[in-house]
Parts: sequence; structure tokens; C-alpha cells
Amino acid sequence: MNIKKIFIILLLFNFNFTCVSSIEPDIFIQSTVNRASQILSKNISKDQKISELRSIAKDTVDILGVGYYSLGTIRKNLNEEQKLKYSNLFESYFLKSFSSRLSEYTNPKIEVEGKEVLNKNYTIVNSILVATSERPEVKIDWRVYTKDPDNPLIRDLIIEGLSLARTQKEEFASILNSNDNDIKALFRALEEFSK
Amino acid sequence: MFKKFTALIIAIFFITINAYAGSSGEIDLNKSEPKEIKDCFEKLNRATFSFNQGLDKAIIKPIAKGYRGLPDPIQKGTSNAVRNLSNLITIPNNVLQGDIKMAVINTGRLVVNTTVGLLGIIDVANKMGFPKYEMEDYGQTLGAWGVGPGCYLVLPVLGPSNLRDTAGSFVNVMGGDPWYNLSVHGNNEFLSQDIYMISKALSGVDFRANNIESFDNLEKNSIDFYASVKSLYTQDRENKIKNNKRGNIEVLYKDETDWEEIDKK
Repeated sequence: MNIKKIFIILLLFNFNFTCVSSIEPDIFIQSTVNRASQILSKNISKDQKISELRSIAKDTVDILGVGYYSLGTIRKNLNEEQKLKYSNLFESYFLKSFSSRLSEYTNPKIEVEGKEVLNKNYTIVNSILVATSERPEVKIDWRVYTKDPDNPLIRDLIIEGLSLARTQKEEFASILNSNDNDIKALFRALEEFSK
Repeated sequence: MFKKFTALIIAIFFITINAYAGSSGEIDLNKSEPKEIKDCFEKLNRATFSFNQGLDKAIIKPIAKGYRGLPDPIQKGTSNAVRNLSNLITIPNNVLQGDIKMAVINTGRLVVNTTVGLLGIIDVANKMGFPKYEMEDYGQTLGAWGVGPGCYLVLPVLGPSNLRDTAGSFVNVMGGDPWYNLSVHGNNEFLSQDIYMISKALSGVDFRANNIESFDNLEKNSIDFYASVKSLYTQDRENKIKNNKRGNIEVLYKDETDWEEIDKK
């Protein structure tokens, strides 16, 4: 076997490996919701469910990115210490809020319907929460950040056209506006929620 | 006549304020999607919001829960009937927005459901394959014409709104709602103002009953429930004005500057 052949084999191997390791956003979402669904249908306590859902959120959501987005333009005025404090508080707040919202559902069935590639950084994955006798069908769109195709991350959930990231951002802005843009007021609110 | 004149004056007042609201001295009628929600009356709004929450907990939610306990056909029939009545506001708004095709479809839906569907209790049109019904109102029409939302408002009992949508609601009682005209000014033995009020109350209870868990969940997971409701109301109205079935990124985020800045880090 000459050098040329070895080089071609290595090149093909590398190409194949790249294709396999890149994760399609719709497959990523379907696998994420399947993981969550499995946990929610398990016969375990609500606290255990919340704990397992938190670990999924840590793996699949760009918590830091969503946190900075939610903070709005005030993030530019924070010093490093405040940024660090905010990141920690936001993560605790987000994980509690996210897992608490989801844990209300028992065995939810989410079906991915399609995707729309917006640009190289973003893909919207369309899905539906299948209707049951107690609630109608709910449209859920996932905004997936795909800058690193090997490690896609969720940046927003758009439920029936309503963005959770935007709601959170406007909620934080309201707290800041009511307190003369004092970041400590937001810290207090986040701490209070995460208790 | 005096009542109508008063309503007209109030509507003009709201629309005029709306034109100025959110602008720094410049008339901003075309700015239908401001980047921030103007909460010019926040203190009053928060007080009204607290009052509404109290009212909800004491009266509306228990009624909604009781309504949920009724047999499914009664709930479904009530829901269908109040939706059918809303066609009377949707159809003129389809016309005002230039959507003549949808006005014709909704007129067909209204005729079929009111006659064959026994006053709208059965949604026959849906079973016949009519397109999914999308409600329209005068606030949406003003939005579609380019009128901005103006300041956010929380109305006693009625809940979240804004100056534009409140002005739109006044059009209903100024002759824009045929159901109101017929029942309140119709001079007939079958309809009355009470019937109109009952139909509106049923519509509210039906909406509340369908959202008990969602509201509870939202309240439990919000650090500022008032601000969450304000944001969700605004997003919902923006989607309805643009006739977006699912969220549209440009409508949702207004601009991508925030995300772009975060991406650069």
C-alpha cells in the first residue's frame, strides 16, 4: 500500500467521521424530547424527575447564551464579578423554571414535523405536542443554535407563536425598569425564585 | 345617540393618544412594532392587575372550574356558539383588511353553523372542511393598517390590552358588532342587553376554563407574573395582526442585535 492510498483512506475516514458526528437539528430535538418523555413517564418521584430533567437541560440548552439575551443591553454595564454572579443565579433560576414547567406533564408525546434552516447559525425545528382528551394539540418550535454542528444547542422554545426567551427578557426588563436598572433587584428576584 | 357620540369621542381620544404614545414628540402611527412595550400607566396597571387576580381567584376561576365539570357536549356546544357569534365581528374586519375571500368563507361558515348547526352549537362548517377559523377584531384591523399598539393597558375585569386594542373594542359598541346592535338596540322580543352580556360572560368563562393549567403554570414559574402576561399578550397580538400561525422570528425578536452580540463573545 503506498502513501497515496493511505492518505486517501485517512481522508475518507475523516470525511465519514465528520458526517457521523455532525448532528441534524431535527434529530437532536427528537432525541432530546424522547429523553425527557422517558423521564416523565417513569414511575419515580417528582423531585427525581426534576433532577433528571435538569441534567438534560444542562446538556442541550445554551443556558449562558439565553441568560445574556434575557438580560438585554444592561449586560454591557456589568463588571466581571456581577457577570459571574448573574450566570450562576440565572442557571439556577432557569433549571428550576424549566424542569418545574415540564414536570407538570405526564408522558407528553412530541412529534417533530420538520425544520427550516434560517442560516448557518440557526435552524427552527417544528414540532407538535400531540393532543390528549384533556388538552388540544400545541405547536412547539425550537430555535436551535447550530454554529457548532457537532454540538447543537437550544436557544428558544416558541409555543403557539410565543417565545419563552422574549417573555423572559421582557420580564427581566420590567424588574430592572421598576428598580432604576439596579441589577441587585434582579439578583434578589432570581435568588427568591430559586429558593 | 348621546351614548354613541360619547363612545366615538372616547375612541378618538384613544386613537389620538395612541398616535403619540411611545414617540418622543413625533407622531408615530406607522411604527406598528415598537422594540419595547410602553407601559406608561404601570402603577395603575399593576394595581388593576392585582384587582383582576383577586377577582379571578374569588369568582372567575371557581366558575371556570365548575364549567370544566360540565359534560363535554355542553362545554363544546357553548364554545362553538360563542365562537360562531364572533364571526359577526370577524367578517367586517376581514373586509376592512381587504381579505374578501376570507369574508366570504366566514359568511358561509356563519350561515351554515347558525342554521344547520343549531345557532352555532354544532360546528358543521368544520366537519364540511371549511378552513380553520381565525378570529379578527377592530384592534387587529387598526394594527394591520399600521397603527401602533401605544401604551399597554390592564382593563378592570377584561384584562390585558393596549390603547389601540381598547379603541378597537369601542368600535364594537359604536355599531361595529352586529350582535351588540341586534341584542341591545334591536327592539325585538327575543334578544336583550342581558343576553348580550351573558354571551360575553360565557365567552370569558370558556376562555378561562381552557387555560386553567397554563395560567397556573405561568404564575408559578414567573418572577414577575404581571410582566410575563404583558409580554405574552403583546406577542400574541403581534402574531394575530401579522396572521402568523407559528412564531415568525422577525416578529418575535424585532432585531437580532442582542443574539449577534452574544454570538461574538
